[in-house]
Amino acid sequence: MDSSHSEDIPKHVRKYVVVFVALLALTMITVTVSYLHLEKTAAITVALIIATVKGSLVASYFMHLISEKKMIYMALILTALFFVVLMGLPLLHHADPILYK
Amino acid sequence: MEIPYTIAARPDTGLFNAKMGIWLFLASEVMLFGALFTTYILLRVGAPEWPHGELDVPLATINTAVLISSSITMVMAWASLMMKQFNKYKLYMGLTILAGVIFLVIKAFEYGHHFETGELPSKSTFLAIYFTMTGLHGLHVVGGMIVNSYFWGPGSRMWKTEPARFTNRVEVAGLYWHFVDLVWIFLFPVLYLL
Amino acid sequence: MTHPVHAGAHTDLHHHGEQSFWRQYVFSTDHKVIGIQYGITSLFFLFFGFTLMMLMRWQLAYPGEALPIIGSIFGQDNMPDGIMLPEFYNQLGAMHGTIMVFLGVVPLAVGAFGNYVVPLQIGAPDMAFPKLNMTSYWVYFIGGITMLGSFFIPGGAAQSGWTSYPPLSDITVPGFWGGQTFWLIGMVFLITSSLLGSVNFIVTIMQLRTKGLSLMRLPFFVWSQLVTAFLLLLAFPPLEAAGVLQLMDRIAGTSFFLPSGLVVSGQIIPNTGGGNPLLWQHLFWFLAHPEVYVLILPAMGIVAEVIANNTRKPLWGYKSMVYSIIFLGFISFIVWAHHMFLTGMGTAISAFFQTTTMIISIPSVIVLSCLFISLYGSSMRFNTPMLFALAFLPMFGIGGLTGLPLGLAASDIALHDTYYVIGHFHYVVAPGTIFALFAGIYYWFPKATGRQMNEPMGKLHFWGSFVCMNVIFFPMLIQGLAGVSRRLYDGGQQYAHAQGVLYLNEVMSIGAWVMCLFQFVFIINFFMSMRKGKKVEENHWHATTLEWAAAPTPPVPHGNFKTIPEVHHGPYEYSVPGQAKDYNPQNEPMKA
Repeated sequence: MDSSHSEDIPKHVRKYVVVFVALLALTMITVTVSYLHLEKTAAITVALIIATVKGSLVASYFMHLISEKKMIYMALILTALFFVVLMGLPLLHHADPILYK
Repeated sequence: MEIPYTIAARPDTGLFNAKMGIWLFLASEVMLFGALFTTYILLRVGAPEWPHGELDVPLATINTAVLISSSITMVMAWASLMMKQFNKYKLYMGLTILAGVIFLVIKAFEYGHHFETGELPSKSTFLAIYFTMTGLHGLHVVGGMIVNSYFWGPGSRMWKTEPARFTNRVEVAGLYWHFVDLVWIFLFPVLYLL
Repeated sequence: MTHPVHAGAHTDLHHHGEQSFWRQYVFSTDHKVIGIQYGITSLFFLFFGFTLMMLMRWQLAYPGEALPIIGSIFGQDNMPDGIMLPEFYNQLGAMHGTIMVFLGVVPLAVGAFGNYVVPLQIGAPDMAFPKLNMTSYWVYFIGGITMLGSFFIPGGAAQSGWTSYPPLSDITVPGFWGGQTFWLIGMVFLITSSLLGSVNFIVTIMQLRTKGLSLMRLPFFVWSQLVTAFLLLLAFPPLEAAGVLQLMDRIAGTSFFLPSGLVVSGQIIPNTGGGNPLLWQHLFWFLAHPEVYVLILPAMGIVAEVIANNTRKPLWGYKSMVYSIIFLGFISFIVWAHHMFLTGMGTAISAFFQTTTMIISIPSVIVLSCLFISLYGSSMRFNTPMLFALAFLPMFGIGGLTGLPLGLAASDIALHDTYYVIGHFHYVVAPGTIFALFAGIYYWFPKATGRQMNEPMGKLHFWGSFVCMNVIFFPMLIQGLAGVSRRLYDGGQQYAHAQGVLYLNEVMSIGAWVMCLFQFVFIINFFMSMRKGKKVEENHWHATTLEWAAAPTPPVPHGNFKTIPEVHHGPYEYSVPGQAKDYNPQNEPMKA
C-alpha cells in the first residue's frame, strides 16, 4: 500500500475535482469542434490531441501514474512502442504495395 | 504459508503484487484495443466512402460525461477507504456502479434503435467496427461492474478483518475501471466525431 | 541467515491433510499440482497431435490408398472405405499445427515446467496469484476440449491451416457449427488462459524472489520464462481481437476480412465486402512470430540448466545470454511480415522486415554459441537429459540456419509455402524444443517424484528419436528446394517438378511411424518409474539451483521449503577452486 498517500489524501481530492472539471470541459470542446466540420487532417489531429490530453489526465491523476514506480513506466513505455508498431507497420504496408497493372 | 507482498510493497520494486499484476493486464488490454483501432484505421483508409451521421452524438456525449463521472467517484471510493471512511466508500462505490448502469442503459437504447432501423453489423464495414468496438468495450464495462458490485456488497466484509488488503483490492479495481473510461475517451471521438 | 516459515496467519491455504480430494488434486491452487496437471494434459495433446500427423503421413506415403484395419473408424464423411478425403486431410493438418503449438508445446514448456520449477528456483512459496493460476489451467482445459470437440461436429474441425487465413477460413463450413468457429472460440479460451498466466509469471519473478536473489543471479531458466511471459502478454491480444473479428464475419455476417466482390464457386457472396484479408495476416503474425520465440525460449532455458549441471562448470557468457534473450524478445515484435513477403508488399517494407529478421538471428547465435562454448573443458556426464540437451544444439542450429533463406525476401520467393518451410520450423520445434522438453522431464522427474527414470530406456528413447527426427525432417528440406508445396493432400503427386522427390514421402512416413514406437518406450518408462523407479537422494544431480538445493524431494506440498532459503551467489558455481564440493548450492555461502 502506498503509505505516502495517507496524509495527503485531501490534497489529492482537490486535484481529482480539478481534473474532473477539465475532462468535462475538454469533452464539450471536442464535441463543439466536431460541429465545425474541419478539413479531415485538421479534424483528426485536433480530436486526437484532445483525446490524448483527456487520457493523460485520467492516467496521471486518477490512476496515479504521475507518481508511479519505474517498473510500471518501463512496462507501459514498452507497450506504447509495440502499440505504435502494431498500428504503423500494417499501414506502411498498405501505403507501399506492389501494384499489378 | 503466506505469499509475501500482497499488502505491503516490496522495497526494490515499490509495488504490492496485485498492483503490478493489474498494470500488466492493462498493458495487454492496450494491445487488444490497439489491434481494433488498427483495424478501424486500415478499413477506413481502404474504403471508398465512410458513413456520417448514423450515430447519436448528443447521447454519446452524455455517456462520455457519465463515464468520466464514474471515474471520479471510483477514485473517491478508494480515497475514502484511505481516510478510513467506510460509509463514504459505500456511497462513492454505489455511485460508480450506478453510473455504469446508466452507461449501459444508454448503450442498449442506442443499439436497440440501430437494430430497429436495420442498421446491423452486417450492413456496412463502419457498423461492423462500431458494434465490435463498442460491444467489446461494453463487455469490459459489465465485467468491471460485476467486480465493483462484489466489492460494494459481499466483498466489503473484508474491511472489518483486513482493511489494508481490502483498500488495495479497491485500488486495483479502480485502475481497471479508469482504463475502461480511458478506452471510451478514445472510442468516442474516433467513432462518433470523425 | 535463513528463518523458518511459520504457521502463523494462514490466509490462503489450509493444512495439507484437511483438504478434500477435489481441492487437493483437481481444483488445487498449489503451483506444483497445477504444473503436473498442465504436464499430463499437454503430453496427452502432444501425443494426440502426433497421431494426427501419423494419419496424414499415410495419405502422403500412399495417396488414395485405403488405410488398413483402422481406416473405417473415421467414418464415411472423412475416409469413405478407408480412403482419406482432401477435406479430412486439411482438418488433420490444421489441427495438428494448432494442437501441437497451442495445446501441446507451450502449455508444457510454460504451464508445466514454468509453473512447477520457477517458484522453487526463486525460493518462493508459490506463484503470486495461486487462484489465478488454477483458473488459467481450467480455462486452458476448456479451450482444449473445445478444440477436440470440433472434430465431432458436422462439417468437422477447422480446415484452413493453423494460420486460418481468410477468405477461406471465413467461408468454410460457415456459421456457428463450423469447425473454424470452434477453433476461434477455443483460441479465445487459450489466449485468456495464457494472458492470466503471463501476468502471474512476471509478478512472481519480479516480486517473490527470495532474499539475496538479484536479477543477475537468477537461473537462466527463470530469465527465459520472464521474457516468454512478456511476449505472451503483449503479443497475444491482437490475435484475440482478430479472432473476435473473424467470429463476427462467420456468425454476424460482417466483412472484416472479406473483400468486395468476392466470388465463391462462381457466385458473388452476399456480404458487404470492404474488408481486408491482409488485416488478418498482420494481426495473426503479430502474435505468431513472437509465439515461435515462446516455443524456443523455455527450451533454451532448460538446455542451459541441464548443460551447466552435467558439465560441472558455470555457463559461459551468462550475462551475454541474458541480454541476448531480452534483445531477442524485443526484436521479435518487429519481424512478423517475413511471413508475408509474397502478399504484394512493396520493396521498402520488405527490406525493413528482412533487415530486422537478419538482426534477430544474432541473439540466437549468441545463445547457441555460449552453450557450445560451455561444453569446452567440462567434466561431461552423458545421462539421458544431457543427451537430449546436447542434441538440441546442432538440431536448433540446423533449424536456425535453414531459416536464413526464408528471412531473405529474394530467396523466400522460391521457398515460401514449400516443404522447406515445414522442414525449417520442425527442426526448431521438434528435435529442438521437444528434445529440450524431454531433457527437462528426465532432469526434473526425480525432483517431483523422488525416483529416477530408467536410464537404458531413456537412452534408447533418445537415440531412436534422434535418428527418426532427422529421417522425417531432412527430406522435407530437399522436397522444398525441389519446389513441392505444403498443404497438398497427395504430397505433390500431381506436379511434374515433384516427381523426382516423391519417393521421400514414404521414407518420411516410415520414419514417423517408427518414431512413434520409440515414444512408447518413453511413455512406459514415465509411468513405470513413477511407481517402481529407483529412489534417489534429495539433490540427485548435485545441482546448485534452489529447487534442488533448498527444497525437499518431493517438495513440501504448501510452502515448498522447510526454511526460506537465502541466496549468496550466482546460480552455476560448479567446480569452484578451493571449495569442498564440485557444486555450491545458491543458498550456501562459499568458503572465503
